[in-house]
Amino acid sequence: MIRPLHPGATARAEKGWLAANKWLLARRFSQLSILSLFLLGPWFGLWLITGNLNSSLIFKTVPLTDPYVFLQSLFAGHTPETAAITGAVIVLVFYALVGGRVYCSWVCPLNMITDVAQWLREQFKISGSSTMSRKTRYWILAATLILPFVTGSIAWEMVNPVSMLHRGLIFGMGLAWFIVLAVFLLDLLVSRRGWCSHLCPVGAFYSLLGTHSLIRIRADAREQCDDCMDCFMVCPEQQVIRPALKGLVKPGTDKSAGPVITSANCTNCGRCIDVCAKDVFHFGLRTNNNVNNSYTNSFKNNSEQLNHSSGVEVL
Amino acid sequence: MNTRPGQAVDKAALNSRRKFLLDSARAAGGAAMVALGLGLYSRQSVSLPASAIRPPGALDEKDFLGACVRCGLCVRDCPYDTLKLAKFGDKVATGTPYFTARDIPCEMCDDIPCVKACPTGALDHSLENIDDARMGLAVLIDEENCLNFQGLRCDVCYRICPVIDKAITLEMEHNVRSGKHALFIPTVHSDHCTGCGKCERACVLEDTAIRVMPYELAKGELGHHYRWGWKEKNKAGESLVTPDIEHKYNLPRGQSYDIQGEGLIIDDDSSDASPFSSNPLDTLNRNSLDTRGNARGTEK
Repeated sequence: MIRPLHPGATARAEKGWLAANKWLLARRFSQLSILSLFLLGPWFGLWLITGNLNSSLIFKTVPLTDPYVFLQSLFAGHTPETAAITGAVIVLVFYALVGGRVYCSWVCPLNMITDVAQWLREQFKISGSSTMSRKTRYWILAATLILPFVTGSIAWEMVNPVSMLHRGLIFGMGLAWFIVLAVFLLDLLVSRRGWCSHLCPVGAFYSLLGTHSLIRIRADAREQCDDCMDCFMVCPEQQVIRPALKGLVKPGTDKSAGPVITSANCTNCGRCIDVCAKDVFHFGLRTNNNVNNSYTNSFKNNSEQLNHSSGVEVL
Repeated sequence: MNTRPGQAVDKAALNSRRKFLLDSARAAGGAAMVALGLGLYSRQSVSLPASAIRPPGALDEKDFLGACVRCGLCVRDCPYDTLKLAKFGDKVATGTPYFTARDIPCEMCDDIPCVKACPTGALDHSLENIDDARMGLAVLIDEENCLNFQGLRCDVCYRICPVIDKAITLEMEHNVRSGKHALFIPTVHSDHCTGCGKCERACVLEDTAIRVMPYELAKGELGHHYRWGWKEKNKAGESLVTPDIEHKYNLPRGQSYDIQGEGLIIDDDSSDASPFSSNPLDTLNRNSLDTRGNARGTEK
């Protein structure tokens, strides 16, 4: 079946451009704001936040430290000072609550690059993709944690495109554009969502960090789904949607899955909410993931919502 | 058709297991490749170029690379813009702080803000007195071009040194070229030099004659068994080996020899004791007498 419309076109037509893009816009706003806050210092002398994503200081008082680089440093045999420990704990708790990969979709500057690559991929209808296991990133994560043991240095930071881009924009890029370009080309020509969803160990780390995160995307109105596949098309981690949306039977058990997208790989980007014309998805908590209850409850809620709204489309 | 349902399931399970193992192996293989490349690369970039100096309090280079999270907070708190973060493509490990003394040296702030800013302790927080910092060691490396070595009184490295007269002193030596002047040789002392690089920055030459170098390049190391005899003697209060023999000169009566001072001393009061004849002819004849094998000098 050939789909004539772009993913999200139906939602745009039915909900309006703004409503069909609100989470994407919010995400870009978040990414750019965070980057701008870091750039205010070097550009305009406004030092609200100093440092970079690896470790920073807000208002010269609150430390923040990337727990991933912190862990690598620990594995290299170094005992960090209190500032780094405090900073790592703050960041750890935050992402453990809101979703580990919120870092990827709401903070990481490289995500904007890979999103552009993905957008161009769609524009130019580049469909070929080399298949890599999505688990590769965990192997790479393991490698980056073993290397400090062996070499005594934080080896991953020598090439990490994420920190390379962020630090580069603030302190000077040097030749780091080449690494960013490599990631861009990988995502554009070699593999669909190759970097963020297959290789990046930073994302893998934050996935694990947010395994039990409180805030999750829910498909409470999943019975409204008309199988348009738009959410699936835009999702950077396509595999995470189906269990929640289709209540897919978990292999080996009799249970079907509840409406919460529980996979830690979900980046909480909210793009599925945007592109769904039926408003199947929404941000929520991971609680109340009971299959039947939520089914009926959400159905009620949803029909109420539908009645409330002007009711362009009535089932 | 003929196959029982159980068999088909088994086959499917087998296939999926095979696929899983294969996928895992591929992913692990890819990751191992990355790890090997990265490991080699990181090993290679451990060597810091000699011109790149780490901030005060920096741990040993190997430990530093395991402790520094490349955040740049030290760079931000450096009031003189001395510190910079290495960019990708620089010879210094990407994202780590360093400075180039010839561009901007360390001003040795009393409160050491860069060390305080470091969240991890890659810059050791136990460094509280900047004079204890050992960022490197200044070495007067080009004696051929150093003006002071030619007998001129440039003295700039000595004058600019924040630890003047301790880290750098001027040692006076004889100027052999002119034969009558002195050389004032700038001499670095490792027990006081912090490696701030102000001397390197200030050197008036087109390219500097004095450079801050990493310790492992700047310093030799004494054989572990080796002891400086005079120091050991001072420590013990006496010679530790066979006691020095007091040298005795066999000199005529009324004469003595001072080895470190005046040389030959002739007692004035006993003019009798002079080895030289009061008769000038004796002196003139001495050589001819000598050739005949006679005893030198004449009987009084």
